[in-house]
Amino acid sequence: MSTKVMIFKRFERFWHWSQAALIIVLLMSGFEIHGSYKLLGFENAVTLHRAVAWSLVTLWVFAIFWHFITGEWKQYIPTLQKVDAMVRYYLLGIFIRAPHPFRPTVLKKHNPLQRLAYLFLWVVISPLIWITGWAYLFYAKWQVWGLDQYLTLEEVAFFHALGAFMMLVFLIAHLYLITTGRTVMSHMKAMITGWEDIDPGAKES
Amino acid sequence: MLLALISAPAHAVSTADHGKFKELQGPFESGPEVTRACIKCHTEAAKQIHKTNHWTWEFLNPDNKQRLGKKNILNNFCITPQSNFAYCTACHVGYGWKDDTFDFTSEENVDCLVCHDTTGNYSKPPGSAGNPKEGIDLAYVAQNIGKTSRDTCGACHFFGGGGNGVKHGDMDDSLAVPPRKLDVHMDAVGADFTCATCHKSINHDVAGSRYTPMASDTEDYHIHRRDYNEKNNAHCRACHGNAPHKKEDKSRLNHHARKIACQTCHIPTIARGGIATRMTWDWSTAGKLDHNGEPLQERVEGNLVYHGKRGSFTYAENAKPEYIWFNGKVKYQLLDEKLVPNEDGYVLINEFFGSQDDGKSRIWPVKVFRGVQPYDPERETLVVPHTTGINEDAYWKNFDWKKAITAGMLSAGQPFSGKVDFIKTQMSWPINHMVAPAKDAVGCDECHSKNGRLKDIKGIYIPGRDASNILDTAGWSIALLTLVGVTLHGIGRVISYFWSKR
Repeated sequence: MSTKVMIFKRFERFWHWSQAALIIVLLMSGFEIHGSYKLLGFENAVTLHRAVAWSLVTLWVFAIFWHFITGEWKQYIPTLQKVDAMVRYYLLGIFIRAPHPFRPTVLKKHNPLQRLAYLFLWVVISPLIWITGWAYLFYAKWQVWGLDQYLTLEEVAFFHALGAFMMLVFLIAHLYLITTGRTVMSHMKAMITGWEDIDPGAKES
Repeated sequence: MLLALISAPAHAVSTADHGKFKELQGPFESGPEVTRACIKCHTEAAKQIHKTNHWTWEFLNPDNKQRLGKKNILNNFCITPQSNFAYCTACHVGYGWKDDTFDFTSEENVDCLVCHDTTGNYSKPPGSAGNPKEGIDLAYVAQNIGKTSRDTCGACHFFGGGGNGVKHGDMDDSLAVPPRKLDVHMDAVGADFTCATCHKSINHDVAGSRYTPMASDTEDYHIHRRDYNEKNNAHCRACHGNAPHKKEDKSRLNHHARKIACQTCHIPTIARGGIATRMTWDWSTAGKLDHNGEPLQERVEGNLVYHGKRGSFTYAENAKPEYIWFNGKVKYQLLDEKLVPNEDGYVLINEFFGSQDDGKSRIWPVKVFRGVQPYDPERETLVVPHTTGINEDAYWKNFDWKKAITAGMLSAGQPFSGKVDFIKTQMSWPINHMVAPAKDAVGCDECHSKNGRLKDIKGIYIPGRDASNILDTAGWSIALLTLVGVTLHGIGRVISYFWSKR
């Protein structure tokens, strides 16, 4: 029998999955606004993008509150410990079925590479997107607020799109890394049920 | 205010029944005879008309001091009234202008009826120097005069360029009784605006100008021209203000309205009333006659595409206009100025100025009319051809350009080398009419897309049209590399899994 730990609490799972859906819709509508392809039409894409962006803002208000109340924000404190082991695992160990070098616990649910990646997501990619996104949303107010002397729409759009590309790359890598847990499905199961299977001897189901 | 305008009857009932005036019992033998009767009571009317462009056909542009007006400028349609006055003054608000001898101070030569007719019986044929057609019961017309209407203004303005809808693209006789979808304001069973509802006149001076148009008024609502101190260029904002989009979800459009003329979105296409507008005119092919010696004529789908007197034409219907930055400044290519073709080889007969950063321009729709017309290759100037009339010099009589231009330039008082060649010319016509209902306005995608309507507008960032190529190339490449990378990694894991099972 394997040992199970409740890694992702109910709110965290709700937050993760709704955020995932919102970000995917934002990426799709955003790249349509960007002119990369045509699906909904510009006007609908903008309407959707704005609505979903505000939904994500709302979600984040709750998520930030939750992180601070529960102290979960500490999960993102970076560490270099075992980073080399993780890199070695992804480059080599995973192919020779070496044991996973990281054992998640309630206090440390992310492996050191994850910590670094999520920290980068929270302190670089997200602020970049939010700041440029709000500037974009309130373009009509720039003149009133005196921002038009400092910003051009072209710059704001550039950095917003830059953030979007970073998010897209993050998403691709993230989706793949789901399969690199102890078993192919263990990460996925954890994020759905909350329970992580931490028995090192567990085989792929 | 808008409601007041809409609820006002199109033809207010006058307190005077002109049919009961003994002065108007007639019979009248001529136009001036009618006018003499009119000005007995309307003592200032003719004097007021004398001061207007409609009378003088002359306009001094205060910006660049160019002497303009129909009398002075050339175009690439019938080219110019000069040396052709008897023909062209069919659209003059006067009687008898056939040449230089016309008396511009004569009050009785003012034509009251052409603007104030309500019967539809009045007309002035080309060639009669502005005198009415023979056989019209002028007394009947005079007794039934009233306010101007789409019909009276349209009698000339719908037919500019020599035919229905030819010149402007946003004006043709479909606007006489337009449905709502053709023009939301002039809608004959709705708001039923006349031309004068917007082009309000003071002392017979009608608001609105093609020579010095107001391209970017920033004044909000204003009372519509009670006196000369209240400017009025007959534009949308006088009634609609600067934040005309009232619905919450459309408020972003008010921000657009700072850079974009109302007309750009709200007139989605021109020539929308079922009448095609002429787009090109090539005079160089004129002169072909049939075996009877009559000018050849050819029609395609009802549109004249060739006429031996005038050359070849093309048309467009329900067509998207072109878009430019426009600040209201216009410079004309006048008869005594050397030609300087643009990079595409076109001489701009009227050059529209504007740019994104002059603070005065908005993006405007224009009909661009392109032509090929005679010029003097030695002196490098446009020329006045004497086209109309029955004398030996007239092009439409003899089909000899050299003779026609010699006579025309002599009449215009300009030198002519005797050599004739043809040159490409271009004119722009700002689009203002055929305003569609809001639901038919140009959609976001039509500009926020690659190769959209504003593809040639420079100097602004349009989301959906513009994006950094470097960022896009780098971004998609890295995303693709990531995808390839994780795919290869996954394949490696699958292979190693089966390898270890062996």
